[in-house]
Amino acid sequence: MNQTILWTEQLKAFYVLDLHGTQTVVKAVNEVNLEIQENEVYGIAGESGCGKTTLLKALFGAIEPPLRLIGGKVYYCLFIEETDVSSLSAEDKRRLRLEYVSYVPQGSMSVLNPVLKVKETYRDFIESHVGGKTREEAYEIAGRQIAELGLPRKILDAYPHQLSGGMRQRVTIALAALLKPRIMICDEPTTALDVVVQRGVVQLLRDIQEYLENTIILVTHDMGVQANIADRVGIMYAGKMVEEATTETIFGNPLHPYTQYLINSLPRFGDKTMRESVPGSPPSLINLPSGCPFHPRCPYVLDICTKQMPSFTNLEPNHKVACWLVGEGEDGKAS
Amino acid sequence: MKVLRDLFKDYRFALSFCVLVVLVIMALLSFFSPYDPTLWGVVPRDLEPSWEHWLGTDSNGQDIFWQATFAVRNSLIISLIAGLVSRLIAIIVGMIAGYKGGTTDRVLMFISDSLLVIPLFLIMVMLSMLVRQFMNLAVLGLMLSIFGWAWDARLIRSVILSLREREFTQTAILSGTGTLRLVLNEYMPFAMPLIFSTLINNMSWAIGLEITLAILGLVKMSIPTLGTMLNWAITYQAILLMRWWWVGTPVVLSVFLFIALYWMSVSISEYLDPRTRIQRVGAQ
Amino acid sequence: MEKLLEVDHLTKVFSLGSMLSRVRITAVDRVSFYVKPAEIFALAGESGCGKTTAARMILGFEEPTSGAVVHKGKQGGKSKNKKVWFTEGVQAIFQDPFGTFNPLRRVDRYFFETIQNFKLARNNGEAIKLIEEKLNAVGLSYEEFSGKYPSEFSGGQLQRISIARALLTNPTLLIADEPVSMVDASLRMSIVNLFKKLKEVSGLSVLYITHDLATAYYVSDRIAIMFRGHIVEMGPVERVLMDPKHPYTKLLRESIPEADPKKRWKGAITLSEMEYEEYLRAGCKFAGRCPDATEKCKSEVPQDVYVDDVLVKCHQYTGNQDL
Repeated sequence: MNQTILWTEQLKAFYVLDLHGTQTVVKAVNEVNLEIQENEVYGIAGESGCGKTTLLKALFGAIEPPLRLIGGKVYYCLFIEETDVSSLSAEDKRRLRLEYVSYVPQGSMSVLNPVLKVKETYRDFIESHVGGKTREEAYEIAGRQIAELGLPRKILDAYPHQLSGGMRQRVTIALAALLKPRIMICDEPTTALDVVVQRGVVQLLRDIQEYLENTIILVTHDMGVQANIADRVGIMYAGKMVEEATTETIFGNPLHPYTQYLINSLPRFGDKTMRESVPGSPPSLINLPSGCPFHPRCPYVLDICTKQMPSFTNLEPNHKVACWLVGEGEDGKAS
Repeated sequence: MKVLRDLFKDYRFALSFCVLVVLVIMALLSFFSPYDPTLWGVVPRDLEPSWEHWLGTDSNGQDIFWQATFAVRNSLIISLIAGLVSRLIAIIVGMIAGYKGGTTDRVLMFISDSLLVIPLFLIMVMLSMLVRQFMNLAVLGLMLSIFGWAWDARLIRSVILSLREREFTQTAILSGTGTLRLVLNEYMPFAMPLIFSTLINNMSWAIGLEITLAILGLVKMSIPTLGTMLNWAITYQAILLMRWWWVGTPVVLSVFLFIALYWMSVSISEYLDPRTRIQRVGAQ
Repeated sequence: MEKLLEVDHLTKVFSLGSMLSRVRITAVDRVSFYVKPAEIFALAGESGCGKTTAARMILGFEEPTSGAVVHKGKQGGKSKNKKVWFTEGVQAIFQDPFGTFNPLRRVDRYFFETIQNFKLARNNGEAIKLIEEKLNAVGLSYEEFSGKYPSEFSGGQLQRISIARALLTNPTLLIADEPVSMVDASLRMSIVNLFKKLKEVSGLSVLYITHDLATAYYVSDRIAIMFRGHIVEMGPVERVLMDPKHPYTKLLRESIPEADPKKRWKGAITLSEMEYEEYLRAGCKFAGRCPDATEKCKSEVPQDVYVDDVLVKCHQYTGNQDL
């Protein structure tokens, strides 16, 4: 079994907003327990507004007001030792970043400095994390990495606006992988990209993972991309994890009604039969429904669902579900 | 109203509102003045403040307190005329230039830029000397407004230029809305904070300019305004002669007026800023 | 065969750059297609292929360099005719549901304005009934809609509201410009199913512009694939997507991620680096990346050829022309 490299315990992170005297609390991450292994690609899927981006920020240790850590902890397993990330100082966190864990934010196509050539941005990164390299040495390192990843060398001399959107995305990912981090966290790296470009980005991520044998945590709402790259998938809904299993199991035997909807709502080629998307709309994280947050939209809702939140339990090894239908040995109406 | 309640939570608005209310009350009191402000020698000269004359009297033989009520009233009127008329011109010019574009835009912006570049003060001095005989509140206000619209017209035009490219413009066109209604209904809400804050700034500017012109003696001295009061006080050497009640009154009133106007403009424009407005709507 | 919308050799050339180095990019190059009544026609392609420019020209928001757009026999696209164009039955919805409505105005204002401007009701009561009817058609109720600002709705809801607004004038043609790209993958079905339902129930035609081929397959009857300003393949969607002929269509088809871990992508692909270089190619624009490219492809623009009911623009097929 692979070593666990990142785990959380009852992680709770809320946004506390104060506007003209009224306080609103957005429960973005609500008691999440994760265990992520080395050398795997872990996908997190869910609709917009379910808290995935906040979860990533918490995993990366980037919790800043109005986001507050209300409870729970995030641990990394750093070279055999456990480190509680939430309690690190800013300087320690900075050293962890890029070398141990790196983050590719959403819309990262605009992350590159528009007035610097790509090789200058590389030099910037290298200088701030690995001291003592001359300009030429930094360009050499950049050039070698670009070549290793199969990207054309001439992009180093280009400005960001001269590259296409997909190419910029790949450069950002390459930058994130520069110092061979053990964990790479990517937030929606393929959204807003064309189909062919998306394939190129996914290919790049797969190549990086195979080469570095590290962990990639990937958030996207596109189940097709999850199927193509993830080893394990966690489904998130309204701030909670509701199902987690290997990719084959999630797609072959989804147990939570929400997961079932997610998978059945995807159109497939060769099949023009009617498909339904999830009815209703996602709940507001300010005003969560009682009990299980999915119950207003669930077709199999039971009485207990409106009163109590089911816990995230192991059904089979490697398959966790939080649902009264299948967990807890109640009425067991497995779909 | 809910809007006022929200605004009052901002201390700047609350304080400036109170100050302005006090000043407006002062201005209204002028209608009850027992003395005619344009006459001289209605009361004994150069008296210190006393129960009979709250702020003393000046060298012209006028009660300073009642003079001040007229001064505040007239200064406010001048600045309101200047501010409102120049807003109107700025909105019309900005809207047309922004939405039509092309040659209309270039011509209007050329005029506006010329007004910005011309040395304002010299022109004002020349104009004041020319119209001195016909000078009254309205004329002065209009003169000031001719020079106050150029900057804001360009600001409003840029707001409209950027809004023209947004998708909701297309939705409005698809809904059959004509050009005028489109600009008024869709774009004005975005331009509102700009217009309000520049209105109040413009009023401050107008009062400042009026005081400057008055001290230089370029307006009709018989109309009491904050500026003319200062002018008389300086002419009669009130500072040297330590007649603090005469110089102090217009100075203190002006300072309060400027600070109040500034705070009011800042707090209102923050409240109206589309970004905070959207946040407020979402939080309700 | 009646043609609801006909686009004939529509062309748009953009001139970019400064006075010293002007580059002319033909964003839309002699594009021709037609849409039948009660049909969903997909115009598909990746970003930069010219589909959005074509849509803007059809709606009249952009002047074509040449070519014609004809709806129900009337020439369109000229700004003076806009209002008539829309009363005659063309409406549109756009990509960003939050951009479609002014964030500072209540959403129902647009509905009442549309009704007033096109004289669709005689008084307030009738107007509300009409609005309610259209909202119900898209699966929403009047109570949850009235008096709210755009930020109080979710993206999927707003997009449906946008469709309801477009339906107020009882259009015959709805131009949908990437209506589901900004909506979550799991919610796209609800919007796309609406198009199907409206087509079946009221005979609405939809020009569905998208880069998502999976939903295009699911909902459309015919499809045209665009690449760098040209239509490279066009025909019934079953033929074009299940049995693609043009190399670009094949590449697109293979690159769609299937929600099945057993069907992962194999093999690597090359991507284009500098987009505008492809635009400026003489000959076939895809020749730079095409696995079957020949010398002829690099110098000559292929002709449009019919193979089995499908229009293909590729030199591989010019030999076996069906008539």
